[in-house]
Amino acid sequence: MVQLTLPKNSRMGKGKVWPKPEGATNLREYRIYRWSPDDGRNPRVDTYYVDQDDCGPMVLDALIYIKNSVDPTLTFRRSCREGICGSCAMNIDGTNTLACTKGSDEVSGEIVKIYPLPHMPVVKDLVPDLTRFYTQHRSIEPYLKTSTPAPEKEWLQSREDREKLDGLYECILCACCSTSCPSYWWNGDRYLGPAILLQAYRWLIDSRDEATGERLDNLEDPFRLYRCHTIMNCTQTCPKGLNPAKAIAEIKKMMIERRV
Amino acid sequence: MSDMRTPLSKVRGLGSAKDGTGHFWHQRVSSVANVFLLSFFIILVISLQGADYATFIDTMQNPLVSVLMLLVILVGCFHMKLGMQIIIEDYVHNEAAKIFAVIGNIFFSSFIALASVVAVLKISFGA
Repeated sequence: MVQLTLPKNSRMGKGKVWPKPEGATNLREYRIYRWSPDDGRNPRVDTYYVDQDDCGPMVLDALIYIKNSVDPTLTFRRSCREGICGSCAMNIDGTNTLACTKGSDEVSGEIVKIYPLPHMPVVKDLVPDLTRFYTQHRSIEPYLKTSTPAPEKEWLQSREDREKLDGLYECILCACCSTSCPSYWWNGDRYLGPAILLQAYRWLIDSRDEATGERLDNLEDPFRLYRCHTIMNCTQTCPKGLNPAKAIAEIKKMMIERRV
Repeated sequence: MSDMRTPLSKVRGLGSAKDGTGHFWHQRVSSVANVFLLSFFIILVISLQGADYATFIDTMQNPLVSVLMLLVILVGCFHMKLGMQIIIEDYVHNEAAKIFAVIGNIFFSSFIALASVVAVLKISFGA
């Protein structure tokens, strides 16, 4: 059955309360998930105080402040700090989002709670292991597939057909949607999840692609595609404002279309 | 980690079943049918409220009512079987338990459906 309780070594322990920065007047409390593979301890939640006057407005700024000024062992991924690389995806205030585009002031309540993306193996602190997620992306062959010999210049596409890729090509594969999906939590080993299915649809409706049927064959599976029960967490959480649930519905429509 | 299989081998697994659309389609069609059939069933129950035994038998022996009642039962049980299978596949992860539950679901739904059909036919062909 689905495991509803955490194994013993995953139960949350009591964390450390780090000292408040001296002389600060505008303090905000952050509670951050900590786990290290090296010390043999259970995960815990540490409490930090951030001087908001000495730090940028985003949650990522606060994490960088903590790492620089309070606790250099705090581990997280970040790169572009402008919502295009997807590295800093994490669970902030109960919702998966990008730390770099989430303002600290958008978090209602006194305390900002930060956890890694849910239901993924944790490498350390806020860093999840996304190996399977990336491999699932690889499995849908996310590139143009053609049998017609390549034209001398580029493959042509009408403006109307190009517009069909809007709302799909913007996906940055941050994994916020997939890790918010209960179906992906319970069956992530077989279900591809919203992000990968949105990517799959991006290639299915690309007018230049010649492998649509093969792609549909590859997806037509009770687990790979049909675990989506339109729960819609994916669409609600997407930090880029995309709609993976709609993309999945469009794939299901294509499946029906080719048999009815 | 310890089994040395590559991530791609695990993700590809046993490959696509090239199936599932039938299940999805049947579930949608049966739910559309159920909107009408269950409305009919509810109206029938309300209209028979307080009726005596003879009136009830008389109504059930109407061929249209019999046919619609059979559809309520067959479509309802079919939809129930499809929905329950999804729940089993979602939550039961032990392979043996899953197969057992899927088979049990088929047996249970079929038995309920046929037992109810026999009851309706017995009434409509006049016991």
